[in-house]
Amino acid sequence: MSASADSPFGPDSVGLVQPQHFQYDAPFTLASGRQLPGFELVYETYGQLNSDASNAVLICHALSGTHHAAGYHSADDRKPGWWDHYIGPGKPIDTDRFFVVALNNLGGCAGSTGPISINPDTGKPWGPDFPMLRVRDWVQSQKLLAVHLGIQVWAAVIGGSLGGMQAMRWALEYPDQVRHCVVIASAMKLTAQNIAFNETARHAITSDPQFFNGDYLAHNTSPKQGLATARMIGHITYLSGDGLGEKFGRELRSGSFAQGQDSLVEFQVQSYLRYQGDVFSDNFDANTYLLMTRALDYFDLAREYGDDPMTAFKTAQARFLVVSFSTDWRFSPERSREIALALMNANRSVCYAEIESNFGHDAFLLPSERYESVFRNFMNTIATEAQP
Amino acid sequence: MSLRIDHAIIESWVKPGSRLLDLGCGDGSLLQLLAQNRQAEGYGVEIGETEINACIARGVNVIEHNLDRGLTQFSDKSFDLVIMTQALQTMRFPHKVLDEMLRVGRECIVAFPNFGHWRARWHLAFSGRMPVSDILPYQWYDTPNIHFCTVRDFDVLCREQGIKILQRQVINTQGPSQLCDMMPNLLAVNAIYHLSR
Repeated sequence: MSASADSPFGPDSVGLVQPQHFQYDAPFTLASGRQLPGFELVYETYGQLNSDASNAVLICHALSGTHHAAGYHSADDRKPGWWDHYIGPGKPIDTDRFFVVALNNLGGCAGSTGPISINPDTGKPWGPDFPMLRVRDWVQSQKLLAVHLGIQVWAAVIGGSLGGMQAMRWALEYPDQVRHCVVIASAMKLTAQNIAFNETARHAITSDPQFFNGDYLAHNTSPKQGLATARMIGHITYLSGDGLGEKFGRELRSGSFAQGQDSLVEFQVQSYLRYQGDVFSDNFDANTYLLMTRALDYFDLAREYGDDPMTAFKTAQARFLVVSFSTDWRFSPERSREIALALMNANRSVCYAEIESNFGHDAFLLPSERYESVFRNFMNTIATEAQP
Repeated sequence: MSLRIDHAIIESWVKPGSRLLDLGCGDGSLLQLLAQNRQAEGYGVEIGETEINACIARGVNVIEHNLDRGLTQFSDKSFDLVIMTQALQTMRFPHKVLDEMLRVGRECIVAFPNFGHWRARWHLAFSGRMPVSDILPYQWYDTPNIHFCTVRDFDVLCREQGIKILQRQVINTQGPSQLCDMMPNLLAVNAIYHLSR
């Protein structure tokens, strides 16, 4: 599935990739106590699984991520998968050495079972009746996918933001099945401020007249305005003040402040944000957004461990890499330092790096020389343990 | 520079299976040595990007942290041993760092260059300028070494702060020598102290 050196996508791209489907037909009990009659996950893989299945890497996505983490779906695609900077031949997650698995999480809207899927009991989309999910439900469903793919032990489970929470949960739930855990721009639990941002975003969605208590599909509509506003709020918080300032400043898109000019003035940042909101609301399901942000809010790594992160991490066996970004105020370096410290107190192996960046929380998706070298060096130590 | 010699001396002082913290751990070679030969488990603390990368590459645990921000995140006696080699003189407040090391660790090992070495004295006395040599290769205006001290200075600090010197080894460029032991403040290039409260 990987591209040849003369691939039109370049030698460091996985090239054309094809989504695959995993169907789980048995009842699946969730952390909430509710049960799904079964589910389907859409996923992609890059690279080759080696003979003893020791080179498998799981990528856990963040709030709005998908299974399409690297490569292209067609020669006409303008953009590659969401983490293409870091997954590919010769890249930190080197597909010449690792077998990479990326999926769309349960509850998502990119092809896995979620609120827009048909509820077999009613023959209609689940909509607001889709059960609430917790991070551990994702881990359990990812575990079933691993079994399906013949992977007993992950060489690494990797995730940024909400994905980092899944990676940490994996390390606690299946300590002997996660050899390395890479936690990027994440936290052991959200702060009140962070929950507040999520609530504001949810409020924008639920107060949209087209929301219909979540049953908008039955009314052949969707709360696009609310979802766009939610994304705009989120987007601002994923960037840094300086980053936005550098990119747009007070540059005008239209209008003028000249004397005698009465036209409405529009700043570049306004149209940029609106564009981001519109693109997102055209492609994302509002109920999934509600579900994902709630899972974020609910996550608390140490809740079942007497609220003591050290006790929690004593369960883990993986070697950890924890990475944060200097201007990330949504998942600040302080949250990552807490993770590293808890791991040290639990006597676990951990490396922690704080990357200087102007891009806020989004930095975990973007190219950066230092981030790349830290990531690459850590992944190299894993690859040498798992020779094909 | 006698870094390998001081690593060998430190190794001989480290009890097997110790849990340690190496402040200003550089490329992690000391931690790797102590893991291999003393089954010591621990973490390096570093601020240099190149050094952090080197640690990660060799599989040594490293935590990015500016030591001038203190060690307040670590609880009392949470490590068997806290080590600092060739970094004390780069600290904003060396005496406070030392105090923190002895709070966090049951014992400490500190290695530092001796500014009382005769070559430094000779240089200052006869050229009237701050010493620049292969051992101290920085110009005064652009150096990480902002708090040099002599062996005698350090002895005085330990006495004043009530710090117990469990062991001390001074070395010249060849390693330990009897002559060096007789006149440490004049002949030692590096000094290594094993300390506790």
